[in-house]
Amino acid sequence: MALDRWIALILLGICLAYGYTAWFTMDAGLAPFMKRNPIWPSTFPKGLSVLAITACLVILFGLEKSEIKPAEIDYRRLHEYKLGQAIMLLCLMVTYALCLRPAGFLFSTTAFLFLGSFILGERKWILMISVAVIATVVVWFLVQEVLGIYMRPLPGMLGG
Amino acid sequence: MLEGLLIGLQTAMSLQNLLMVIAGCLIGTFIGMLPGLGPMSIIAIMIPIAISMGDPSAALILLAGVYYGAIFGGSTSSILLNAPGVAGTVASSFDGYPMAQQGKAGKALTIAAVCSFAGGTIGAILLMIFAPMLSSVALLFHSSEYFALMVVGLSAIAAFAGTGQVAKAMLMTVLGLIMATVGEGSLFSLPRFTGGYMDLQTGFGFITLAMAMFALPEALFLVLKPKEAQSADGEIKDLRITRAEARAIAPVIGRQSIQGFFIGVLPGAGATIASFLGYAVERSLASKEEQAEFGKGSIKGLAAPETANNAACTGSFVPLLTLGIPGSGTTAILLGALLALNVSPGPRLMIDEPQIFWAVIMSMFIGNLVLLILNLPLIPYIAKVLSIPRNFLIPFIFFFTLMGAYIGQNNATELLILVAFGVCATALKFADYPLAPLLIGFILGGILENNFARSMQLYDGVSFIWERPMTLGLLIIAATLIVLPSYRARRARLRMKGVADGD
Repeated sequence: MALDRWIALILLGICLAYGYTAWFTMDAGLAPFMKRNPIWPSTFPKGLSVLAITACLVILFGLEKSEIKPAEIDYRRLHEYKLGQAIMLLCLMVTYALCLRPAGFLFSTTAFLFLGSFILGERKWILMISVAVIATVVVWFLVQEVLGIYMRPLPGMLGG
Repeated sequence: MLEGLLIGLQTAMSLQNLLMVIAGCLIGTFIGMLPGLGPMSIIAIMIPIAISMGDPSAALILLAGVYYGAIFGGSTSSILLNAPGVAGTVASSFDGYPMAQQGKAGKALTIAAVCSFAGGTIGAILLMIFAPMLSSVALLFHSSEYFALMVVGLSAIAAFAGTGQVAKAMLMTVLGLIMATVGEGSLFSLPRFTGGYMDLQTGFGFITLAMAMFALPEALFLVLKPKEAQSADGEIKDLRITRAEARAIAPVIGRQSIQGFFIGVLPGAGATIASFLGYAVERSLASKEEQAEFGKGSIKGLAAPETANNAACTGSFVPLLTLGIPGSGTTAILLGALLALNVSPGPRLMIDEPQIFWAVIMSMFIGNLVLLILNLPLIPYIAKVLSIPRNFLIPFIFFFTLMGAYIGQNNATELLILVAFGVCATALKFADYPLAPLLIGFILGGILENNFARSMQLYDGVSFIWERPMTLGLLIIAATLIVLPSYRARRARLRMKGVADGD
């Protein structure tokens, strides 16, 4: 089965869960006076779930034929691309998200930019560290001073 | 109209707003030039900055400037590198890149800039004429017609975005609408589909979603498959065009700015279709010997898509400003930004807040002028950005994507949602699902449901569908748009098999 039909299958599962909530469980908590209203919070989702499930089934059973055009990246040969780098960058982003508050903006952003170019294969250490530090400080200054949005600059234990 | 123009001029000519136009155009050109970053990602990245300015006209002027700049920057990279940064400028590389290879890069860039200027300016004049007309019609609309009109817009987007795969585009649109129902609806103040998570109480963040749908997958694609940028070597010089060349492209500009504008007005069509169609039309209109030139560095072949895509960008503002219904991914992001600034675009915009409406139009003129007289001479220097090594560029793209989502919400959970949705969006992109309909559905979802709910309450049920002829008509059009493409495809297949038509 091709990837687009697998995705349709997953989405069908999500839509079924959504539809189940809309049709059967959601109205239980409705206040009595709201029941006289012609429209309930679940009315619109009910309609959407029917449409979405129909569209999923159309894709899943291949009712609509379409010519296959060459994609920009062929997912069947994904391992031939730089998959490792992409996954490592994604992990780096998650780590960054988790560190941003506890470790402070300045430290985590410098580390993010430095490690990002490291993962991509850059090895000019001095250039890497100076680019990361300068960019971090400039962005922090712009966001903090010009836009006036507070971002904790230093790790919590240093009183940032 | 004259009064409006003066109001607009007054607002747009303030020092702050002039700086916004210039900054927007420069930033847009700068980032739009980077292969792989389209106007949608750039605008999404710029939104937190625009919103934190607080002044809706300045914000919209900045974002519109970024939009124009991005399209222009995209043409520059397709001419110089044959690496279009934006889908709307792919057609510009057909003739622009051969010109650059022949050492006429400067001339090609000038033609691109002049045509963008002309297309954008004529588009803005047409916008000035048609938007008031359309919005006086739109004042007759009730909420049921609005509901129907949005359904028409969404189905047109589904029908156009997924040529040959309407079901996929429709699924994406509905998925966007479904995602919009998560959180507290304004009409009921009841949390829906949150699963008990407090973080979902306010629903998904629109900037987060925009970043996850466009910026992140594009950046991941850049990592996965490094683009071989083959540079047409040589410096950019000789920016002049001759009088004969100007005379040759003048009719092309005239035709394409009008055609491009009207294609841009249609929901779902937009700059990409306008540029390809413009190229095809001009090619068939050209004389025999000129036709042979197309694809080998014809100035007409460059002028047509450049004019058409800029006119279409302007045209796409018509449904946004008059009906509040965006026809493309980019205008959908702009709509999201406007809603965040407490401005609701629609027919009342011209009456309630004329300074915003007219300032945007005036800033279009100024923006086009800035692109022509400021960006063009700077292009040789801006083009240096193309030589930034990828190893440094990509971490920055990721960083700005994360920052865009973080600044708006100041919430690190948002970043995790961003990464998760970004991975999902990349998978969808692999499987050739169109992503723009999802975002448009998401942004329109709330307004669509509110209008639907209001008409349900007014008519005490769904009877508004048949009691209001205009609503019924619009809904029939919407259904036709969805069904027609697959019906035609089926008939074409039957004909291929040799089965006779019924008629």
